[in-house]
Amino acid sequence: MAAIFQGLGAAAALSPSNCFDSNKLHLHSRRSLSGRKASFFVVRSDGSVNFASNSRGHKAQQLITNAVATKAENSAASTKAGHELLLFEALREGLEEEMDRDPHVCVMGEDVGHYGGSYKVTRGLATKYGDLRVLDTPIAENSFTGMGIGAAMTGLRPIVEGMNMGFLLLAFNQISNNCGMLHYTSGGQFTIPIVIRGPGGVGRQLGAEHSQRLESYFQSIPGIQMVACSTPYNAKGLMKAAIRSENPVILFEHVLLYNLKERIPDEEYICNLEEAEMVRPGEHVTILTYSRMRYHVMQAAKTLVNKGYDPEVIDIRSLKPFDLYTIGNSIKKTHRVLIVEECMRTGGIVCLSSQDVPTPYAGTLEEWTVVQPAQIVTAVEQLCQ
Amino acid sequence: MSSSPSSARWPSCAGWRSPPIPSTRRNSSVDSATCTTARKLWPIGMEAAITKKDCIITAYRDHCTFLGRGGTLLQVFSELMGRKDGCSKGKGGSMHFYKKDANFYGGHGIVGAQVPLGCGLAFAQKYSKDETVTFALYGDGAANQGQLFEALNISALWDLPAILVCENNHYGMGTAEWRAAKSPSYYKRGDYVPGLKVDGMDALAVKQACKFAKEHALKNGPIILEMDTYRYHGHSMSDPGSTYRTRDEISGVRQERDPIERVRKLILSHDLATEKELKDIEKEIRKEVDEAIAQAKESPMPDPSELFTNVYAKGYGAEKGEEGGAPGGEKGQRLQMNLCHGDITAPDCKEWLGPWGNH
Repeated sequence: MAAIFQGLGAAAALSPSNCFDSNKLHLHSRRSLSGRKASFFVVRSDGSVNFASNSRGHKAQQLITNAVATKAENSAASTKAGHELLLFEALREGLEEEMDRDPHVCVMGEDVGHYGGSYKVTRGLATKYGDLRVLDTPIAENSFTGMGIGAAMTGLRPIVEGMNMGFLLLAFNQISNNCGMLHYTSGGQFTIPIVIRGPGGVGRQLGAEHSQRLESYFQSIPGIQMVACSTPYNAKGLMKAAIRSENPVILFEHVLLYNLKERIPDEEYICNLEEAEMVRPGEHVTILTYSRMRYHVMQAAKTLVNKGYDPEVIDIRSLKPFDLYTIGNSIKKTHRVLIVEECMRTGGIVCLSSQDVPTPYAGTLEEWTVVQPAQIVTAVEQLCQ
Repeated sequence: MSSSPSSARWPSCAGWRSPPIPSTRRNSSVDSATCTTARKLWPIGMEAAITKKDCIITAYRDHCTFLGRGGTLLQVFSELMGRKDGCSKGKGGSMHFYKKDANFYGGHGIVGAQVPLGCGLAFAQKYSKDETVTFALYGDGAANQGQLFEALNISALWDLPAILVCENNHYGMGTAEWRAAKSPSYYKRGDYVPGLKVDGMDALAVKQACKFAKEHALKNGPIILEMDTYRYHGHSMSDPGSTYRTRDEISGVRQERDPIERVRKLILSHDLATEKELKDIEKEIRKEVDEAIAQAKESPMPDPSELFTNVYAKGYGAEKGEEGGAPGGEKGQRLQMNLCHGDITAPDCKEWLGPWGNH
């Protein structure tokens, strides 16, 4: 999931006036968004930044690349009541509550049952719910994901665990064609209330094939929702919401975040699947991030604050669809966007693109799924106003 | 003449003698009205042995299966023409027929992928203790897909009531079975799962086999059935069907093994109906088919707004107000708005920046 808001204005040609300079920041006038040359940078997880230092000698801060498991600063749930737990326990709590609530919920995956889950998310559940609700599968991602989808068509609510997100590439056909498209191609007859979850991201020397980030691979599949959790609070909330959703949801967890500790409420709560989280309100620049990079950003934010900047940090949480409401309001305020993500550079969303729908059969509808010349002309005219 | 509902269905498949409906499609090489002929009678034999609570799932050659599950001719033809009255509202097409209320789960383009789905259906049936079974159909071409063996393994491990049915018409589009499968005895490939080979051109044999398979699957777990059939026409509109086999072969099968002729002979020899009565039934069915085609042609194209419907179901988050999080209303519109990159009825891109762009 790469550079997203290129369409906000002409691609940022970085000039000294656009660089971070605390004296000049408040002087930028508030013109309309479409006419504005919004400045943005994209920072990769290896710390490199597309940025040019200005004549005042202000240098880009090299982002710290080693993981730091810090407590979320602006956790919406920091009350004195509540209980403390680790992120994987929060996931388990959410899962257990939903399994108690709805007998249609079941879990399937490799080593989720007797072993307790490779990251302990499902520990204890097999003993409690039995072998028919917590199912150990052989190593056969393509087929057990397909079976989960087939079961979901009848009304069951399976949660399919990929032991590592990278393994789910083997089930890409099932996820893309059956999961994403069946609601559409059946004319609305079937919904697929499945949750596909698992840890991804770069861990600690797990090797290339166990360190994959699949967000951009799944992003263009029409019909699925994607969310990424980053704190115990939103992990539990998103897990519960994903299970209750009628749509197929892919829940991205991160290998290095499972041991984050936080105090979460005792009462039942759910996080909205399509909402972004305002981590730190600010005025000068909007920083969009998700999952593990949130913590890198917050660390950088500390340094930025010491230097006199006021960054607004948003954990977008919902990767598909984006919470354009929160993000848009933020950008309207700051006129600067920095995107910090762990995903690879290529691939992503440009503002003018094919419609996010499976290609329908009827010829006239099919024509409208792709960008037509008239739309392109109008968009360019608007940008150049 | 027997008046059971399934036998009244048999002649309607005779209507499919006529060549596939010409183009409703622009790209005919992907056509898979797939010349549904082959006088596909054996799904009707299957229907005679099971109930509508049992599930059926198949690949793209789903038209007769859909009819067998209770679909109407109008729904079929409308869908083939991409019209509103189609069974999938014109958005699925030839390869995506579904009928949820009759437990017909489609209708799938990527062959082989429907078999794990079918085993998932069987899992749900076991989960709900339904005492019903799932028939997961695939062809001799798809029989070489790995996910089939994966799903069979899991079904056998979990004792699922799954019946895998290989519809062997001896050709995977243009590739004969002996060129694609080292062992073309598809019913034997289950290894630890038993299999039966059935004459797929004999509807009554199919009925008996399916009855047996259902009883077996409910007690012992998965079983494989291989239906020995034949495809007269080419795979699709762009396949003449004669480049990889001889015309003699085709006409030979038509003369000796045609399923409808076999049933006709049985009916006549047992004096269940006269020649004239059968001809009248056929005439009536043809009329029905012609009427349905005419009606389908009258059916309107889907509304432009249908482009964006049914991508997502209204689920948790898009509309929610009660628990946690933000109320619905303005934010609740977000999901739908994010999908729409433009106003497609007029070439006016005012909406393209999304909900915050109109300044």
